[in-house]
Amino acid sequence: MTNISKEQVKHVANLARLEFTEEEVEMFTEQLSSIISFAEQLNELDTDGVEPTTHVLDLKNVMRKDEHKDWITKEEAMKNAPDQENGQYKVPSILE
Amino acid sequence: MSLFDHSIKEIEAKLHNNEITVQDLVDESYKRINEVDDKVHAFLTLDEENARAKAKELDESTDKTEKLFGIPAGIKDNIVTKQLRTTCASQFLRNFDDPLYDATVVQKLAAEKSVTIGKLNMDEFAMGSSNENSSFTPTRNPWNTDYVPGGSSGGSAASVAAGEVLFSLGSDTGGSIRQPAAFCGVVGLKPTYGLVSRFGLVAFASSLDQIGPLTRTVEDNARVLEVIAGHDNMDSTSANVEVPEYTKELTGDVKGLKIAVPKEYLAEGVNPEVKETVLNALKVYESLGATWEEVSLPHSKYAVAAYYLLSSSEASANLARFDGVRYGVRSENAENMIDMFKKSRSEGFGEEVKRRIMLGTFALSSGYYDAYYKKAQKVRTLIKNDFDKIFEDYDVVIGPTTPTPAFKVGEKIDDPLTMYANDILTIPVNLAGVPGISIPCGFSENGLPIGLQIIGEHFDESTVYRTAHAYEKATDHHTKRPQLGGAN
Amino acid sequence: MNFETIIGLEVHVELKTQSKIFSPSPNEFGSEPNSNVNPIDLGYPGVLPVLNEEAVNFAMKAAMALNCEIATNTKFDRKNYFYPDNPKAYQISQFDQPIGENGWIEIEVNGKKKRIGITRLHLEEDAGKLTHGDDGYSLVDFNRQGTPLIEIVSEPDMRSPEEAYAYLEKLKTIIQYTGVSDVKMQEGSLRCDANISLRPIGQEKFGTKAELKNLNSFTFVQKGLEFEEKRQEKVLLSGGEILQETRRYDEKTKETILMRVKEGSDDYRYFPEPDLVPLYIDDAWKERIRNEIPELPDARKQRYISELGLPEYDAAVLTSSKEMSDFFEETVQHGADMKQASNWLMGEISGYMNKHYKELGELAITPEGLGKMIKLIEDGTISSKIAKKVFAELVEKGGDPEQIVKDKGLVQISDEGQLKEIIGKILDDNEQSIVDYKNGKDRALGFLVGQVMKATKGQANPPMVNKILKEEMDNR
Repeated sequence: MTNISKEQVKHVANLARLEFTEEEVEMFTEQLSSIISFAEQLNELDTDGVEPTTHVLDLKNVMRKDEHKDWITKEEAMKNAPDQENGQYKVPSILE
Repeated sequence: MSLFDHSIKEIEAKLHNNEITVQDLVDESYKRINEVDDKVHAFLTLDEENARAKAKELDESTDKTEKLFGIPAGIKDNIVTKQLRTTCASQFLRNFDDPLYDATVVQKLAAEKSVTIGKLNMDEFAMGSSNENSSFTPTRNPWNTDYVPGGSSGGSAASVAAGEVLFSLGSDTGGSIRQPAAFCGVVGLKPTYGLVSRFGLVAFASSLDQIGPLTRTVEDNARVLEVIAGHDNMDSTSANVEVPEYTKELTGDVKGLKIAVPKEYLAEGVNPEVKETVLNALKVYESLGATWEEVSLPHSKYAVAAYYLLSSSEASANLARFDGVRYGVRSENAENMIDMFKKSRSEGFGEEVKRRIMLGTFALSSGYYDAYYKKAQKVRTLIKNDFDKIFEDYDVVIGPTTPTPAFKVGEKIDDPLTMYANDILTIPVNLAGVPGISIPCGFSENGLPIGLQIIGEHFDESTVYRTAHAYEKATDHHTKRPQLGGAN
Repeated sequence: MNFETIIGLEVHVELKTQSKIFSPSPNEFGSEPNSNVNPIDLGYPGVLPVLNEEAVNFAMKAAMALNCEIATNTKFDRKNYFYPDNPKAYQISQFDQPIGENGWIEIEVNGKKKRIGITRLHLEEDAGKLTHGDDGYSLVDFNRQGTPLIEIVSEPDMRSPEEAYAYLEKLKTIIQYTGVSDVKMQEGSLRCDANISLRPIGQEKFGTKAELKNLNSFTFVQKGLEFEEKRQEKVLLSGGEILQETRRYDEKTKETILMRVKEGSDDYRYFPEPDLVPLYIDDAWKERIRNEIPELPDARKQRYISELGLPEYDAAVLTSSKEMSDFFEETVQHGADMKQASNWLMGEISGYMNKHYKELGELAITPEGLGKMIKLIEDGTISSKIAKKVFAELVEKGGDPEQIVKDKGLVQISDEGQLKEIIGKILDDNEQSIVDYKNGKDRALGFLVGQVMKATKGQANPPMVNKILKEEMDNR
């Protein structure tokens, strides 16, 4: 059984930009530990020399020509913005 | 009898003979939705005004040759629709009223003059096997509303089973079309990876996701796939292959067909009722002149672990764009930028989504990548090789779609690992990228549908459909209709 | 204790393709905010990237010009980090299989030549632009999002800020020659971060490095590194410790300022981009791109010296920018004398550019115009002095030098009779000067030449004026 610590859970949460209550941290610590332990059954397999599969199909060199085309207007680009100012997306600054 | 008890082909004839109008079809959809959807909760958003306007327009047109002319359809809510709210059943996107563009499959349906009735409920961001992870309201199984419809395309399966639409589109990453199709007693196909464009499908796990049709019959399914399949230059992983006329392959002839039955698919953990039903189905095939043999897919037992590592890793990146900057719901409690990211995401995502993001972020993080992510990719290779080997000697692989029929609402929701194990028979198909279909093959003692899974070689949907259709023709499970019973 | 400075540079260069690297939006600088974007650039749910072939060609071209080995098998990866200008919260980049590796360029500092290694060159997408307001909010414009970018990472081979400056100049020139980028630092199409550390002379192990950001010109790179060199030396000499820091250069105070101390390395969770398929670059493709690479600055400089016989200094100046060098070659093609063309470019034209802060391409003068003007000087139609007047017109307004000469009546007076008449009058008015001249005062001749020039508005043919003046005075 692999044990993931609460600190690891908090670190990973920070990487993923999620925040949890203490209870949630405890729950995820327990659940992630059991899921990771379950995943460790993969170690039963000898995979030396096995190529990893990223793409199941053997496609290569899929590219497009260098042509630009119009699609949406700049008003549409801002349509779903939670906050905006002068045609730009508005966000809180990094520090306050 | 409902209009929707007819096949698309029959409806086409009725439209051509002016027996019915497209407006009748659309009326039928909304009438049925009004009758049953407060029990089933298959729909999240209805597009009634546009659908009725389009029906009127179609009735006025003289040329009615399109493949899905006037056919009412439901679209899973993780497939984007221009000017039609697309939420992925997530609170984060509850205000996403205009995704600005139509998914390629939606454009293709429109080109063949299908009518979109509305957007279908699902597990949030397609993560789940019961639809209990919908952040709005869980969809219920039309056969018994105490039971789950399966997931994540629960709304897609339930809407077809309940007769609300003639067909729907779902998406399948680890079984999300086939498992709910099995639970709801409908036909659901996960096409070969790369056959149907993913452009406009809100990504869960990019290397596994595929869009596919859910229908009442194999023939309807093949017809819808003919429309949505094909190369798309907006999707780099879209294969440049000819799309056959699948409906022409439905000969009913499976004489000499070689069926492989993996012993792992009928092993311990598979409910005896399900096992027996599948064995009966194999007898039907024998009677039709096909042969079957037991084979082994030795790495099947590792598929669930590999799948959860890979799909969660990809999901952790795919769902990172939901940051509250450009669309979706931004937290009102944020004091600074990092706070905005964290609060918007934490308030917008449900627990299962967070669990997968956490698992995926962990599996990709420094020091763990090789042990988890890369290891899982290698195991994926072994699983793919298992299938390649089988297809050297056999035409199709057959087994159950799920180890059990539908389970009760609330039964598994507290235990992620038990819930994940439910996908054990569908996941290997996604990892290998091959096509798989689930068709109704009987009922459990308490009246819940059981699904038969037929798996084919890459891009051999024709054989999968032919095999499925031959069984359907020889049996009548697909003609049974739910009575929408249950306490809820 | 004496220290050795170790510098490595990371340079980002925007490629000037028509469209973005993964979407068909126009790749343009200076448009209205969020007007060159589509759902792909905005990271909308469901969108997918499709690779622009030209971006790959351009990256290969740059990598080849920098003497890199070109990968046969390459791919894209996701680099995960949250920032408002990074719409997918991952940047599509290249992690373990960059398109180019093991390159080098040659620099020259104080007459000494040196090779600087290039570790890798990879292709990636640029981010949007975040503008920080002072009201607690920032604004994001995604026009730049998806601009194709190459990142060029040098080996830690530079030993002084001067070498870093020379490296950047050379890198910029080479990229400019390939034509894949405008390499304009002021528009952000070339950007540079610098890593600098110190180690005691003789020590093999590198010291802890600081990373410098916000370096907006090559001069600031050099100045920032010079400041940092001194700062680190001071810290080390006082027994202190250098921390792994990110610092920015402040142009006003000319100091580097601490931005943040790095704890360990950033965890970007790179993994192969599942939405893009791998690239297989076969020999034919490589060869096709190699054949498209024009003559590069070092080769061209060598040719100017050995084939055209230009002095090394001239060759170096002319080839230091492709624009200048191409202008020179075209001028010569229009029949101008090589040395004259070189002199005008290095003299008047460069002077004008410096004075008015303009690029060669922004001037109205064309190689054809300059070439014709030089020919007019050579065939005696205009004097060098008049040529300056013609040039002033050409550089501002352009046009045909012959027409300018005609319109402004600037044709040189070479008619002997006409000149004799003018000179006769001037001699009549300046008898004292004739006396002075005959008494051996050379200044008097100069004065008289000046008078003739004044009378002819400088259009008199100077050698003829000299000759006729002497003859006429001898006759008096």
